[in-house]
Amino acid sequence: MTLLAAENLCFGYSRERRILDDVSLSVEAGDTIGLVGESGSGKTTLLRLLLGLQRPQSGSIRLNGSPLDPGNAAFMREFRRQVQVVYQDPYSSLDPRQTVFGIVSEPLRSLRIEGNHRQMSGDALEAVGLGRDVLERYPHQFSGGQRQRIAIARAIAPGPRLLLADEAVSALDLTTRVRIVELLRRLSTQMTLLFVSHDIGVVASLCKRIIILEKGRIVEAGETRSVLADPQHPYSQRLLASVPRLDIR
Amino acid sequence: MSEPLLDIENLTVRAGEATLVSKLSLRIERGERVGLIGESGSGKSLTALAATGLLPAGLTAEGSVLLSGQQVIGAPDRQLNGVRGTAAAIVFQEPLTALDPLMRVGRQIAEPLARRARRDGETLSRGRLRQAVLSLIDEVALPTPERTARAYPHELSGGQRQRVAIAMALACRPDLLIADEPTTALDVTTQAEILRLLDRLVRERDMALLFISHDLPVVANTVERVVVLQRGVAVEQGPTQTVFAEPGHEYTKSLLAAARAFDAALEGRA
Repeated sequence: MTLLAAENLCFGYSRERRILDDVSLSVEAGDTIGLVGESGSGKTTLLRLLLGLQRPQSGSIRLNGSPLDPGNAAFMREFRRQVQVVYQDPYSSLDPRQTVFGIVSEPLRSLRIEGNHRQMSGDALEAVGLGRDVLERYPHQFSGGQRQRIAIARAIAPGPRLLLADEAVSALDLTTRVRIVELLRRLSTQMTLLFVSHDIGVVASLCKRIIILEKGRIVEAGETRSVLADPQHPYSQRLLASVPRLDIR
Repeated sequence: MSEPLLDIENLTVRAGEATLVSKLSLRIERGERVGLIGESGSGKSLTALAATGLLPAGLTAEGSVLLSGQQVIGAPDRQLNGVRGTAAAIVFQEPLTALDPLMRVGRQIAEPLARRARRDGETLSRGRLRQAVLSLIDEVALPTPERTARAYPHELSGGQRQRVAIAMALACRPDLLIADEPTTALDVTTQAEILRLLDRLVRERDMALLFISHDLPVVANTVERVVVLQRGVAVEQGPTQTVFAEPGHEYTKSLLAAARAFDAALEGRA
């Protein structure tokens, strides 16, 4: 079943330069997709369009077959219940003046989700490997990796079907990165994941499917394993050849 | 054998009560390429700053740092200016903050060139200085030297800016090039180009290299010898091949296991 579908998206700030040029993709329920691109490839813009934070100049985005309608508050609440996001920098994405409970329960309040918010926040924190005892603490008391867990807990608290991650492990140290990738892998068995990253190694280890963006266009898409083994587009080939490997051959 | 370019012995860096680097010893010989590996907070950048006497105020260094025979710790800036640039020059991680946004690229490269010439007792005429700037821009493989020299940093891409920063370091004609995460802020295809450039320059100019990075695969492809730092302590050092093939310390093992997991996935082995 198609969860989120984008068709022929175009976006640009000027006529001469398109940020996104005729981008189509479909996210099936249960997918784990890696969206790979370098700076300027348009991956963040694409993510913003998919979240309804910006409107495409042409093309359409559908959630469960219904077109995305940023002007319709009731639709957007339902949309946000189903589609949540985790950002790159856990130092700037968490409000330093709120407790962890305040942060994690924020989407529950703003999306008017009923139930025991303390219970639900505690559940989300446990799902990301933190205990309920952190509810009354503040972000500054946590390391970068723990903060990213809090950000993920906030995203999964409303019980989304699709989790978008924008470079969610890029700011983390290697050993921390491995653990957060492990967490995302575990979560990906329960929800659909669209993982935006410039780090092909992480995408290779986490995602079943890969989409490669270059200068606003999708140049290659397919099963991660086969794309990595035999990249077809010259840019994908160059990109893969540029990734330094540990074992010097 | 001549004296080492950089000879750090028992370096300890403190911020008040906190010890940030603890009893670090590191020696770099002429022409040698050494990597300093560690995660954030391991003290790798502080080591580079301490090596050139550039530690920020509030941090204190103990032990001994000999840069081209000159004791760095406790020496006044006046004395250190004699070895900075000539003995060692640094390329930092973020080329946008390392360059002056209000100055044309050509002038930024000309400044260390002129200073180095004065130090050698020469004065460069305007024409010769200009020639030297253009040839440096050409050496770091930037396009159309004349145009690049007139450009401001914001008109260049991240990779091009890093090439300018490298050109500025080269202008000092250092014996030791210290590169502190020089490719971390760059895209992977750009990173590959900058690494090739650094490799070529270090060989052609017979410079020694202190390469600081958290990225193990990048280090593996760049240096001959590595030092692994964990929370300010050098937990392991040795030839790159040996350390990466048979790590002795648990921390090195965990770093390598993490890097290998992503490497294996890339090769389709995971």
